[in-house]
Amino acid sequence: MTYSAFSLLREALRNHTGWKPAWRSPKPRAEYDVIIIGGGGHGLATAYYLAKNHNVGRIAVLEKGWLGGGNTGRNTTVIRSNYFYPESVALYELSMKLYEGLSRDLNYNVMFSQRGMLILAHSQPEMEIAARTVNAMRLNGVDADLLGPEDVRKRAPVLNFRDDARYPIHGAVFQGRAGTGRHDAVAWGYARGADQRGVDIIQNCEVLDVIVEGGVCKGVETSKGTIRAGRIGAAVAGHSSALAQMAGVSLPIQSYALQAFVSEPLKPVIDTVAFSPSAGTYFSQSDKGGLVIGGGLDRVPSYGQRGNLPMQEAVLSGLIEMAPAVAKVKLLRHWAGIVDVTPDSSPVIGPSGVDGLFLNCGWGTGGFKAIPAGGYLFAHLLATGTHHAISRPFDLDRFRSGYLVDEGAASGIAH
Amino acid sequence: MQQFPCPFCGLRNEQEFHFAGEAGKIRPDTTRKVSAADWADYLYTQKNTMGEVREVWMHSPCAEIFILRRDSVSMAVLGVEQLRKNKP
Amino acid sequence: MSGFRIAKGGLINREQTLDFTFDGRKYQGVKGDTLASALLANGVRIVGRSFKYHRPRGVWGVWFDDPNAIFDLTLKDVSLPNCPATTTHLVEGMSARAVNAYPSAQFDIKGVFDRFHRFMPAGFYYKTFKWPHWHLFEPVIRKMAGLGHLGSEIIEGYQSEQHNIRCDLLVIGGGPAGLAGAQAAAQAGQSVILVDDHPEFGGGLYRRSKDIEGVKPAQWVARQCRAIEAAGGRLMPATTAFGVYDHNMVALAQDKGFGLAPTLWRVRAKRILMATGATDRPVTFANNDRPGVMSLDGALEYLARYGVLVGRKIAVLSNNSFVEPAAEILRRAGGEVRVLDATQGQAKALGNKVLHGVEMNGQRFDCDTLLASSGLTPVVHLWRHAGGKLDWDENLAAFIPGKAPDNMRAAGAANGTFDLDNALSEARAKAIGAPVPKQKSTYRITPLWPKPDAKARQWIDFQHDVTLKDIELAARENYASVEHLKRYTTLGMASDQGKTSNMTGLAAMAALQGRSIPEVGTTTFRPPFVPVPIGLYGGARRGQLFNPLKRLVLEDRHRAAGAALGEYGGWLRPGWYGARDITREVLRARNAAGILDASPLGKIEVMGPDAASFVNFIYYNTISTLKTGCIRYGFMLTEGGIVYDDGVIARLADNHFVISCSSSHVESVTAALESWRQDGNDPDRIFIHDCTQNWPTVTVTGPKAREIMAQLDLSIDLADFPHMTWRETRFKQAAARVARVSFTGDTSYEISVPVDKVHALWDAVILAGKPLGAGPIGVEALSVLRAEKGYIIVGKDTDGEVMPHDLGFAIPRAKKTAAFVGDRGLHTDNANREDRRQLVGLRVPDGAVALATGAHLVEKSASGLHSIGVVTSSYNSPSIGQPIALALVEKGTERMGETLTIWHMDQQNTATVVSPVFLDPKGARLNAG
Repeated sequence: MTYSAFSLLREALRNHTGWKPAWRSPKPRAEYDVIIIGGGGHGLATAYYLAKNHNVGRIAVLEKGWLGGGNTGRNTTVIRSNYFYPESVALYELSMKLYEGLSRDLNYNVMFSQRGMLILAHSQPEMEIAARTVNAMRLNGVDADLLGPEDVRKRAPVLNFRDDARYPIHGAVFQGRAGTGRHDAVAWGYARGADQRGVDIIQNCEVLDVIVEGGVCKGVETSKGTIRAGRIGAAVAGHSSALAQMAGVSLPIQSYALQAFVSEPLKPVIDTVAFSPSAGTYFSQSDKGGLVIGGGLDRVPSYGQRGNLPMQEAVLSGLIEMAPAVAKVKLLRHWAGIVDVTPDSSPVIGPSGVDGLFLNCGWGTGGFKAIPAGGYLFAHLLATGTHHAISRPFDLDRFRSGYLVDEGAASGIAH
Repeated sequence: MQQFPCPFCGLRNEQEFHFAGEAGKIRPDTTRKVSAADWADYLYTQKNTMGEVREVWMHSPCAEIFILRRDSVSMAVLGVEQLRKNKP
Repeated sequence: MSGFRIAKGGLINREQTLDFTFDGRKYQGVKGDTLASALLANGVRIVGRSFKYHRPRGVWGVWFDDPNAIFDLTLKDVSLPNCPATTTHLVEGMSARAVNAYPSAQFDIKGVFDRFHRFMPAGFYYKTFKWPHWHLFEPVIRKMAGLGHLGSEIIEGYQSEQHNIRCDLLVIGGGPAGLAGAQAAAQAGQSVILVDDHPEFGGGLYRRSKDIEGVKPAQWVARQCRAIEAAGGRLMPATTAFGVYDHNMVALAQDKGFGLAPTLWRVRAKRILMATGATDRPVTFANNDRPGVMSLDGALEYLARYGVLVGRKIAVLSNNSFVEPAAEILRRAGGEVRVLDATQGQAKALGNKVLHGVEMNGQRFDCDTLLASSGLTPVVHLWRHAGGKLDWDENLAAFIPGKAPDNMRAAGAANGTFDLDNALSEARAKAIGAPVPKQKSTYRITPLWPKPDAKARQWIDFQHDVTLKDIELAARENYASVEHLKRYTTLGMASDQGKTSNMTGLAAMAALQGRSIPEVGTTTFRPPFVPVPIGLYGGARRGQLFNPLKRLVLEDRHRAAGAALGEYGGWLRPGWYGARDITREVLRARNAAGILDASPLGKIEVMGPDAASFVNFIYYNTISTLKTGCIRYGFMLTEGGIVYDDGVIARLADNHFVISCSSSHVESVTAALESWRQDGNDPDRIFIHDCTQNWPTVTVTGPKAREIMAQLDLSIDLADFPHMTWRETRFKQAAARVARVSFTGDTSYEISVPVDKVHALWDAVILAGKPLGAGPIGVEALSVLRAEKGYIIVGKDTDGEVMPHDLGFAIPRAKKTAAFVGDRGLHTDNANREDRRQLVGLRVPDGAVALATGAHLVEKSASGLHSIGVVTSSYNSPSIGQPIALALVEKGTERMGETLTIWHMDQQNTATVVSPVFLDPKGARLNAG
């Protein structure tokens, strides 16, 4: 059924009894043409675009817990394409453009809110790097502005403009089309769209082993039995190494906990996303009013999906340095996701090295913004067996050829 | 906040330690031909195990480099090994 | 009795009255009140509005269990948003305003929203606001959302203290179980810390009318506290354990009073005893959100602690055996109490704005207050933080602690042990690791969970306006996982993080799906247990103490000379001296001599029998052929072949080297050296020592440098001291090291002396230089001087892609036979690429201004302009008399003489590719003297 103001009105008059399930809870079949492991944003988007754009037969998404329960439901919801290299820009701009039309495409309001993002520059050398970045973005066809301190103050007066600031604000890289989205809604919208197109989304279905016969991946053993498939795509983020290991493949990935925080709701404090690489902290304000705060990776690689005090102290003291007035705001909740970090902090999309098994992983701390593109490109790969031109640079073979796409190295923008 | 046992200093807070990669990697002999695959494997490939891991860590204040065995899920510390052959 | 305050009893001081305002009206409370107890004592019923429908809200709970009374508070200059009235202690002069209500909680103009509730069910915003565009609706929604107002003022001194402590046993919760457990452990010789979030210990004991172990509750509490302290235990009242982290680290927030940051205590406890008690669950019935409907438990606490009888005509709606004694306590305090069995029918709260009565099974009972309890829920948050499991207990109709985390135990009501005597013996046993005697519980409960399909609205989450219908909707639409339920309906995401709503919500979902409650399960319990200020985490790390800069020994001299100090590579260094005139300093150095504080320059010693082969492995360049007393410039690479650092290395003796790396890389280079030394080499044959801060350095550079050197007490034969050599000598009876190396292109000497001699050295150099026209120069002038000579700064003129052959240093890559760090990385497909970016110089047309650093070099292609490089350094060169720039450009060295397009912020200019060495390409100045 279509969601609209009209359907809402109609249902309001009959006590909302007519709404249909957003997705089914089907039993898995014994065999599919394509299986996607991982019912997060990337997996669900892949299923959606496979069903919508490609003709591949029966598709299933296998999710070990509840859909959208991994990093899709744990991130800080930033969407941006402020990248340096053309390869990155192509990828994240594709994502941005898909996001810009996503609520209508999915008939589900994902609340993509383009209120802009500031990357602060705190010294003259940082302003030079900021200029380098803005120039690169513009040359690559992405909106970008180099702001001076007064422009930054106008956009975000809550930031630290005091004389005693450790990191005085010299200016910022501003991308006006960047912003935030409602992370759960992205997963749910894709799930609903995929389900409507016949995709079986199977929750509480954990993959226990990967079936490889004669060097070809043929299916998976799951907590709900054996499921065979012609092609298998894995989009399991922080657990990619464990999954690849089942097929006998080791990856250039290290898993880390990445922590995030939300404060109690406040009346509007800041419109944009603000990021200070020097303070090691970024934050934005959700539509509900909570400050959503993030920072860098934990020091210790781990699979523990929980917060840890030292990094919290680092990130939150960074926030206080960025915006001293928020010191008195109370923190409501903090949590962590497990992110899959590659040596160049760019993702991996491509064949795994075992025939029939394909990978979408390595998004590290930035997977949410890439969900539509990740799904779109991975669907192309799974359907055709070959790369879309935009995903080609992100193949695993770049680690052998040395063609890394290392944004941090180029522009000083952390991921 | 975790605590790790530095073989030289004893139990210290995690902020004093620096992760230096998985243990057991052997640098290829680069005076001979090393294939791109072998070099990439040495440089980039990780086991990234869920569960017991063996890793190289540095205790920054004293600069001791050692091998830490721990559980990457439960965060339990399972043991340390010294790298040096001749114990001081 | 004034208002609802009874004549005596409680932990308050009725003599000391405190004036305050709420929503602009004046009230009076007493010392010991919370804002909530003071308002209840004054008969204030409506204290807030709900988030979505702006329904009137009254106080529900008494402590951390209240989602309704949230205020913006002002006291003198300090304003704090979103303060829970139930846990904020009343202070004279406080001014409180209900959040999310205008003009007041009593008359909120947005109260009209409730009439349109039908159109705003759970998740309605996912279904609409898509046309014409979300951006049209969002600004309005943002303004309507949010609770408190954040004042823009910064509270000076709002900075948390932070402490680390350790103990054998940390007891969390100072109620009867916690007190008994802490006392037992302390007397058994353990170091014990007992924390409780109230200012007084005792927990739920005060509401008890009977004696405990032969004495009145207050006496018993005092006796336990004395015993704990006498045995060496530590009592920490007003302190909340808000998170349990890895390796038994518990974080505590200690209240310091209004407007002050709490203190953060990091406790490393060998063992933890969780005695955090239990809270009352609401009863889900029609209009159960009416102000006047309160927690039964809460009402007893208001009476016991604050002397407030919350109502005069009271109905109690419950399903368990603790009701009768509770009703008796309320009666004795003067309440007219009627007990209703909630399991015997559906109740309905009456009253339009506040509660006027309750209807049940067709009978109506007038009352001003309805106290509800559908059973006790143990407070198990910390247990789950630590990874403990939960078991469902059918007899208690509650989740109780199951499989324990290592080193953690639960006792008392937190463990489902609701009988006092049982709780005491359990806590005493667990505190010392003794076996717990088998016990019988007297608690009886008839399970009472929300019943779907009811007609009227029944609230599950009071603050977020999640009703039973919303949960039905979520189930209907298959948001069935408990996490989907939470996220779709926002159940449990309010300020209390589900403390009052989660159990009933998940029980409702279980009923709707025909599943058991444990099958549905709970959402994840996340820290902090209660909201804590962000400032708690900050401590002293702010302002100049946030990532503090390294300071120069000579800072006083620089300040005296009028230096503009700034951050350069993590050090506070002179950018220039006096008024900003970089040209003057550059010309001073070129024409006479510049005197520079070069102390931050790295000085890492490498010694030992294997030192020579070690540095040969570390460096890209061949070092094994370096002669003793000589210096060589070189690169350190990453294993990927990327230039990580550049600098010089000096050989002091056969097996003794000093590595001079960039000032910002000292720590990381030292760590990398240690890593190679210990992991891959015999650490007994190589020794590494970072001496950077032991050897402050003064650099003299320029045509007059040698004349100045001649006047210093250094005993060096300057005639026999060629470029790229090194001398060890004495200065003022102390060791001194002099290196003849140059980062300017002119004759330069770097003189390093011990810390206590550097003032004398600086003064001597300045004194000797002054008559010659020499003087101090800052980092900015140095940046220009080095660029004129084409010397790079790693990280500015290089980025994470640049390899040495891009910088014109190709020979070791082709010829060095020994292994070195990064060697294989220099031969990947990418490294062998023909169109790599290479370092070049750029000259602008005559009369043009200097290029912008960060500008790109562009070429036209089919799809428009594309970048072929970037300008990395650009200056007006005083020595050359025109602008110069360094750039990384694709195939740069092949393009010498080409004119390229420069693109900066949509503006285009041109520049010609030239050698990066603008000054003295033959090195005549360098080798002069």
